[in-house]
Amino acid sequence: MSTIADYERAPTVAGEGAHPALAEKLGRVWEAKPGIAGWLSTVDHKDIGIRYIITAFAFLIAGGVEALIFRLQLAGPNLHLLTPEQYDQLFTVHGMTMIFLYAGPVLSGFSNYLWPLLLGARDMALPRLNALSYWIYLCAGIFLYAAFAFGFGPNVGWFNYVPLAARAYNNGPNIDFYSLGMIILGISTTVGAINFIVTFLRLRAPGMSINRVPILVWGTLTASAANIFAIPAVSLAFFLLWMDRNLGTHFFDVPTGGSALLWQHLFWMFGHPWVYAIVLPAMGMVSDGLPVFCRRPLVGYTVVALATVATMVLGFGVWVHHMFATGLPSVSLSFFSAASLIIAVPSAVGVFAWIATIWTGRPILTTAFLFFASFIVLFTIGGVSGYMTGSVPVDLQLTDTYFIVAHIHYVLIGINVFPVVGATYFWFPKFTGKMMDERLGRWNFWTMFIGFNLGFFPMHISGLLGMPRRVYTFADGMGWDWLNFITTLGSFVFAAGVLLFIINVMVSYRRGRTAGDNPWDAPTLEWATTSPPPPYNFVVIPTVASRHPLWEGRLGKSDSQERSTVSTGLVLDHGRETVGTTPLDAQPNIILKMPKDSYAPVILALTLTAIFTGLVLHLWWLAIAGALASGLDIIGWLWPEVALGETREPANG
Amino acid sequence: MKTARIVSPFLCVVVPFAPAQARAPLNYLFGYGDKAYPVVGLTWGVLIVSVLVILVISLLVAGAIWRRPGVAAQAPGSVLPLGQPEGGLDWIWIGVGISSVVLLASVVWTMVVIADTNSPATKPALTIEVTGQRWWWAVRYLSDDPSRVFVTANEIHIPTGPPIQFRLIGGDVIHSFWVPALSGKTDLIPGQTNETWMEARTPGIYRGQCTEYCGIEHAHMGLVVVAQSPNDFRKWYLRELQSPAPTTDGQVAAGMLNFNAHCGSCHAVRGTDAAGVLGPDLSHLMNRTTIAAGELPNDPADLAHFISDPQGVKPGILMQKPELSTNEMADILAYLKTLN
Repeated sequence: MSTIADYERAPTVAGEGAHPALAEKLGRVWEAKPGIAGWLSTVDHKDIGIRYIITAFAFLIAGGVEALIFRLQLAGPNLHLLTPEQYDQLFTVHGMTMIFLYAGPVLSGFSNYLWPLLLGARDMALPRLNALSYWIYLCAGIFLYAAFAFGFGPNVGWFNYVPLAARAYNNGPNIDFYSLGMIILGISTTVGAINFIVTFLRLRAPGMSINRVPILVWGTLTASAANIFAIPAVSLAFFLLWMDRNLGTHFFDVPTGGSALLWQHLFWMFGHPWVYAIVLPAMGMVSDGLPVFCRRPLVGYTVVALATVATMVLGFGVWVHHMFATGLPSVSLSFFSAASLIIAVPSAVGVFAWIATIWTGRPILTTAFLFFASFIVLFTIGGVSGYMTGSVPVDLQLTDTYFIVAHIHYVLIGINVFPVVGATYFWFPKFTGKMMDERLGRWNFWTMFIGFNLGFFPMHISGLLGMPRRVYTFADGMGWDWLNFITTLGSFVFAAGVLLFIINVMVSYRRGRTAGDNPWDAPTLEWATTSPPPPYNFVVIPTVASRHPLWEGRLGKSDSQERSTVSTGLVLDHGRETVGTTPLDAQPNIILKMPKDSYAPVILALTLTAIFTGLVLHLWWLAIAGALASGLDIIGWLWPEVALGETREPANG
Repeated sequence: MKTARIVSPFLCVVVPFAPAQARAPLNYLFGYGDKAYPVVGLTWGVLIVSVLVILVISLLVAGAIWRRPGVAAQAPGSVLPLGQPEGGLDWIWIGVGISSVVLLASVVWTMVVIADTNSPATKPALTIEVTGQRWWWAVRYLSDDPSRVFVTANEIHIPTGPPIQFRLIGGDVIHSFWVPALSGKTDLIPGQTNETWMEARTPGIYRGQCTEYCGIEHAHMGLVVVAQSPNDFRKWYLRELQSPAPTTDGQVAAGMLNFNAHCGSCHAVRGTDAAGVLGPDLSHLMNRTTIAAGELPNDPADLAHFISDPQGVKPGILMQKPELSTNEMADILAYLKTLN
């Protein structure tokens, strides 16, 4: 019952009455196997999304503990809890963890879970690739942390400048682990990005033209497109460095004609777009979540979506602002300075859209709302400190001081962590079917908000008073003593806030109030299915006629003429199926056969990691064996299947 | 005259040199020369704009929340009223309009300051070459006349008044040269020579610091710029041009021999057999205010402490604890004290 005729058939349409029978049938088709077998082989985007989120939070905690340890060292002048070498590894691993292992993956997790639900699809476009992306991320994280556990963590900053990272100045295996770990992680990010782009182009529910997708989708799409262009630069840089260190090449080796600045260009061509990639989806969460609590649609949907894309495009033209002090000609400094200031314009669009949404709405002060609304202020603080560093003469003073430490934390905590925690309060009912506790939520919010500002705002002042970054201790008499003490104090308060969040998640998971399908009376498709959603997401594929399918009929003049249908829709029950639609208008044009669960992704992640482990330990046999096993695994993965329409059915069909 | 002029459209105040520099020696909110003035003005300008933006946005957010709060749902899932479904776009046009004007003005101001500070208005009086080493600064005063070229370390003397040119060289890894009260940062990068300049209006001691992470002792890579009146500078300069002349006193002579044997392969003292280039040149050590790249004051006790336990003072530095008997140590200290 499969193949060509099957995915070109015209599916039937069914309404509410057919749901029980269909649900029972779809459940059998889509459910993962019970036990460890199902756990390892599942390709369900919801399982993968939750794993991403939990893993990313585990890394957030690890990175946070590292920070607390070195904040103790910096609580006062001339303290020596840690040796310089320990301090250097800790601050480097802290940066690596937060930027690469937390901030990006946590957003991948939310987007993975939410995208098919937001878009009215049954899974991501490439479910097995999705599983691969998670497993590789996990392996890369373990790879990097295993090195750290053995004392070989990277130790020259997450930005890893040569020549300090070259063999001549860094003889241990630390940088080899970092280089190869980052290449593995790059594979994960790249396949994940491809998956989001294909899903956006082909898996939106019928009628969900591109002007009807939630802003979170725009954010993740934009970030994914950027990653496709940005990741190759950093993977290349790390590969060249690994070759310099292990095979005697000279890409970055100055005495033999290499270039030290080449590293910085390659790294920041990636690094700056990456910063936007780890904030735009989070800004999208706010753009979608905040209006629900303001009881009105987002102000300026179109301009906000366009601003998201514009930020990313401009984001590729500002990398040199990390290199203003490297002696580049003043003409190019002027260009990048202007670009770095002008990029604030699309950010301003977002800020005023959010304020207008609250101002013209009737805000309900839930914990999620508090996180989203406070994000606007934190985003502004991180934004204006970025504006200050965009001005070359000012940046030549600010750069590499604690002012930049303050800036990056207002950006990453303010624009990533606060929206993510808010998004957890918002979507936790969908993930689990339980409400998070609001009373504990208030404590959680205020502890985090006060702790964060107490800890990180004074860093602006220590920076203006000249405190350099990345110093393992500082002298007294520099004007920094009490500022650093407050920062350390605030960082512990902030950590207590994060702890309250985790407690709230655990308690609510066990004892939270039952949520129901749509606890917030929210407008988008994920709230149209049960909480938690069934493995197939939707019994029938919904049809979308507006940006707010669940608010239709209540929006007055701006209501659409047509109506979305969520309980009546296409029946796709010949095995695992979802509908493929055209890229712009989302007209249905094909039935997509979705793959079954598979062990191939987890095996490929392991064999790829074996290759890199062999390379880093110079166990060449292991690298070769890993490569062969990967090849075999890929052959098995890609073996054409009749059920997926990848080969013609036998003549006797 | 220990005062400095702050040129800024917002602030035209006279700030006493000593208090601001004494409380926070590396601050750059006050500047003390023709290169620093326009930058200080711009820094205060964008800082004030930033603080205003934060205040305005925070007030708008707070106002928006408390203007007319909605009513929370009694139970999850209950249908809540929707408010005004459209409008609000004016906020974006007006807000972005104002932001764009401010940003554009900032771009123009930035360009003006870049043009202003890119190169000095008059010909530099002096060119000084600074090489970044782990974790100290090699300093060479250049001249067309080879007999007027000399080397020192970690402490740079300049005359007040004229602009001074700097050539910056990366000796091993990347460092960054920063004397905040006089000039922003310029990196010292292996394989290229960067240029910067500075000018001091006011005599004084200006602290500097390496600001590019350069390894294990990055935290302790300071430097000092001593701005002196032209007369005082001239005296210092002429003294530096000469080789030190240690007496032939018994202990000093013995100290010199020990120094040459134990220290001379890394350190140099002009006119003696000690000619190492791996560590700082010590020719006029006693004329410097600090040792160990700004880490310790240059007094006999700290000098003895540093020599006898370099890894205790700066863990990880390339200088190893010398194998010296108590007598040899005393002799070397006696010798070093004559280097002025």
